[in-house]
Amino acid sequence: MTSPRLPEPDRPWLMRTYAGHSDAKRSNELYRRNLAKGQTGLSVAFDLPTQTGYDPDHELARGEVGKVGVSIAHRGDMATLLDGIPLEQMNTSMTINATAAWLLSLYIVAAEEQSPPTPESALQGTTQNDILKEYLSRGTYAFPPGPSLRLVADTIAYTVTRIPRWNPINICSYHLQEAGATPVQEIAFALANAIAVLDAVRDRVEPSLMGEVFGRISFFVNAGVRFVEEHAKLRAMAALWDELGRDRYGVADPAQRRFRYGVQVNSLGLTEAQPENNVYRICLEALGVTLGRDARARALQLPAWNEALGLPRPWDQQWSLRLQQILAYETDLLEYPDIFEGSKVMEALVAELAAGARAELERIAERGGAVEAVDYMKAALVESQRARWRRIESGEQTVVGMNRFQESEPSPLTAGADGGILVVDPSVERERCDAIEAWRAGRDQQAVAAWRASRDQAAVADALEQLGRVARDPGQSIMPASIAAARAGATTGEWAQALRDSFGEYRGPTGIGETAAPAGQDLAELRDEVERVSEALGRRLKLLVGKPGLDGHSNGAEQVAVRARDAGMDVVYEGIRLTPRQIATSAAHEGVHVVGLSILSGSHGELIPAVLEALREAGAGEVPVVVGGIIPEADAAALRDAGVAAVYTPKDWDLNRMIGDIVALVAERNSVPA
Amino acid sequence: MSQPDGRELAARLRDRDLAAAPAVLNLVETRTGAARAQAAELLAALSPAALGGEAKAHIVGVTGPPGAGKSMLLSQLLAAWRSRGQSVAVLAIDPSSRRSGGSLLGDRVRIESDPADGSVFVRSMAAGNRLGGLAPATRTAAAALAVAFDVVVIETVGVGQSETEVAEVADTVAVAVQPGAGDVLQFLKAGIMEVPDVLVVTKADLGRIAQRTHADLRAALSALGARETAVVAVSSVPPPVGFDELLAALDEHRRRLDLRARRLGARRAQALSEFATEHGERGLRALGGPRGAQRLLASLDPGLDVPALERALERRANDDRSVPDQPIG
Ligand code: B12
Ligand SMILES: Nc1nc2c(ncn2[C@@H]2O[C@H](COP(=O)(O)OP(=O)(O)OP(=O)(O)O)[C@@H](O)[C@H]2O)c(=O)[nH]1
Ligand SMILES: [Mg+2]
Repeated sequence: MTSPRLPEPDRPWLMRTYAGHSDAKRSNELYRRNLAKGQTGLSVAFDLPTQTGYDPDHELARGEVGKVGVSIAHRGDMATLLDGIPLEQMNTSMTINATAAWLLSLYIVAAEEQSPPTPESALQGTTQNDILKEYLSRGTYAFPPGPSLRLVADTIAYTVTRIPRWNPINICSYHLQEAGATPVQEIAFALANAIAVLDAVRDRVEPSLMGEVFGRISFFVNAGVRFVEEHAKLRAMAALWDELGRDRYGVADPAQRRFRYGVQVNSLGLTEAQPENNVYRICLEALGVTLGRDARARALQLPAWNEALGLPRPWDQQWSLRLQQILAYETDLLEYPDIFEGSKVMEALVAELAAGARAELERIAERGGAVEAVDYMKAALVESQRARWRRIESGEQTVVGMNRFQESEPSPLTAGADGGILVVDPSVERERCDAIEAWRAGRDQQAVAAWRASRDQAAVADALEQLGRVARDPGQSIMPASIAAARAGATTGEWAQALRDSFGEYRGPTGIGETAAPAGQDLAELRDEVERVSEALGRRLKLLVGKPGLDGHSNGAEQVAVRARDAGMDVVYEGIRLTPRQIATSAAHEGVHVVGLSILSGSHGELIPAVLEALREAGAGEVPVVVGGIIPEADAAALRDAGVAAVYTPKDWDLNRMIGDIVALVAERNSVPA
Repeated sequence: MSQPDGRELAARLRDRDLAAAPAVLNLVETRTGAARAQAAELLAALSPAALGGEAKAHIVGVTGPPGAGKSMLLSQLLAAWRSRGQSVAVLAIDPSSRRSGGSLLGDRVRIESDPADGSVFVRSMAAGNRLGGLAPATRTAAAALAVAFDVVVIETVGVGQSETEVAEVADTVAVAVQPGAGDVLQFLKAGIMEVPDVLVVTKADLGRIAQRTHADLRAALSALGARETAVVAVSSVPPPVGFDELLAALDEHRRRLDLRARRLGARRAQALSEFATEHGERGLRALGGPRGAQRLLASLDPGLDVPALERALERRANDDRSVPDQPIG
């Protein structure tokens, strides 16, 4: 009898923990510490202005400089970030997309300027560089889809020939599920995205290099709590990827057609209510991507139990890491060959998902491919998210602790002074934090200004002009001109502006216009009330839903906007990334009765008061404002003191109830009797 | 919010106080009795008789099928008008689904402008359950804003019906056609759609297919004997192309227009349409049908504002209530 075991247990996957850090100098210190411990990998998170191509002194950068990552405005910043780190030994992973070509250029220039210099051919690392999911979910795009995809193709073509150990792109389906994608949508949209990229690269490299290009593409996937189906999803993706390589791109080497992926498990389904339950969800999700050997993740990253409360503390992250270690080192998971081989259920599930994905890929192809189908896919995701939310509200989909089994003993996990998340003392420390923030933002602004003043202006102007010329000629690669601009000392904002001038400013689709307006019996009462108040006001109740700043979390704003429309309101929603002034001008021009702002990124302390101020300046100071998002209770109190009428967080998951509140608020402010 | 005073708002518009625009829109959209009375005051104070002539603005209608590129084209036009120092008001009509009565108004974001520029005003208007592409208050709003702004633009979606209605309010109607879209061409040929003042082929950057559409439209127009209609091709993505020509075509149309006649026609059409909405078929019959109503309108002072015309129609209809219904002639 043959043994059911592998001769040798498998090596575990790569265990990742998410570490946030904010400025170049501090990041550099962290890297050096890790280096001393023998680590050879760097993972760089950039702040939102750097990700979207704005300098720290741009209006839209307000409140965001250095927040979710490091601010890199020019080659000087990149040099500081990498100071004393021997780059030929480093494997550097950069979470960068719209401005990937630029940050890669800065990295190349920093390497050649180090002593001793490292030639570009010796560099190794990864740029995320997946632009299409930015339009569909993550929100840090800068240029229109067509030209953006060309930038992606340029970086791939450049690295594949000149930086052979660089992974130029990591296609992300993770963010799609976070925006509401069903398993079929997650597979199909990610593969459609890959096809668009590969087709674009095919025009730019020697045909003999396509196998190499194909083999270089890796994925970043999600895994939800329905873990059996999620496992099947991965097997289906692997099969479709293999097929795509063979049939569409003629990749002969099976090794180059291997589906390589890393995973971050689902965070959207993690709840604010009874947050301890999230640990079980995370565990099951981790099982889904490790259980079957044939589709096991290469790398795994887990969120923490307090995901929906705010940022995790080191202890919370440790707890999640321990989960991975138990899976890998205590269980017998790694001792077997693929345990689903021959399973009829698994086979049928994979076949079902693959068939669904093929049909969806067909629909995208009919639209001319992923670039042309951005609007379609975005609308489809909003629609899926809407359907999911309806199922949760109606009770058809159970979320334990949230819409079912709500009764709970008081949780000791959130009983501590910090409420169970990474926070500074709400009153005193908050102010100090703000001050440091302001100082840092101010310093960064001065730093950029000083940098601009110190360099050879004529050389910069020439480089930017040349960059613009290259951008307008799709036959040329953006990389050499970007590297030249980096050397000349251009800033991130200048590089992006030159491209914005060439490609046009772009605003992503909101996806909400196409959502179905269901007949929904449960809405009848709400509609009657909207109708009654509108009648009394003399015109239809009008709501502006606004997303100030660079925060890309749009799910909440989209669902609130759609539901308000379904309840009978006129709803103005202009998408993400608006300045306080833009929001205030819209509110004033549109004559809205109420403004609803949504912020999840943590910049509410800065941006909400800015919007209130801008509203007063625009002559709309009397319009009531409500706020929703990830707002810790201490901050909520401060916002209410500043004049915000109400604050909502994920525990307010009943949309109808919130909309009802908003109607009542408008009625009250306009003296409409109840 | 307290009820604004119609006369006061009219005075502000006459002083070209552009900041009055939001309040004017709020007022004309409000359907309460008190608000309607104030809106009537507003319009009376802005009537050609009161102004001593027609409002100065160029009222431009931009219409065309969904996604034709109207809003991006408007962004470019807006920039061009602003660089000539002209103030611009945009009324963007949104036809969103009305199952719930609500709407999603997102179009304004596609019309790029500087939020700090006080000479630009952009307002979305939900079409409501009205056919014809305009929101209930669009005509009134356009007439009022035309007193204060240099240019008033109305963006509506669709071809056919909506194009006809916007033609009743705009001085110049531009229909946007995207390359390859055959529907406009068919509608033109079949006479479902009236010949617009200016035809704009959008997305000229798409190249050959845009040139084809351009040529097809010209051919169709000359077959219809409408050689006056300008056909302009534009591209709204950088580098913008064709906007000098488009601007020139709009200006030229306006220059040659008998403005008084067109605006008078617009007021009469609006009065009749509002009367019909309010009093229905039966009211119209009391006036001797649409033709009888037109005859009556033609006999009234051309300097009257719309509510005044409407009141005249109502008075006549009430006088005739004693007379048995007449067959419509
Ligand atoms: C989904 C998600 C994403 C998706 C967003 C997809 C999208 N298009 O929306 C993706 C994967 C792209 C993403 C990215 C990032 N994320 Co995220 N994300 C989440 C997550 C898991 C869920 C948010 C969500 O969509 N919930 C569902 C919607 C419907 O709920 P909601 O928005 O909260 O809205 C509800 C209420 O808040 C309220 N509401 C919200 N808005 C409004 C408005 C009005 C008018 C009203 C009345 C009510 C209301 O009503 C809604 C219904 O209950 C949260 C954690 C969590 N579980 O909450 C983290 C979270 C918000 N993300 C976080 C972070 C850090 C990021 C990144 C910066 C990570 C990185 N370094 O790249 C990026 C930022 C990207 C960017 N451009 O800004 C942090 C924010 C930390 C903080 N505030 O201190 C969180 C809290 C996770 C964590 N614990 O670290 N994220
Ligand atoms: N290539 C190209 N695309 C354009 C041009 N103008 C608009 N578009 C694209 O066409 C789509 C629709 O543009 P809009 O300006 O929003 O069109 P619209 O007619 O206002 O659309 P609705 O208001 O929804 O009916 C967008 O995806 C634009 O990017 C152009 O000149 N060239
Ligand atoms: Mg439009």
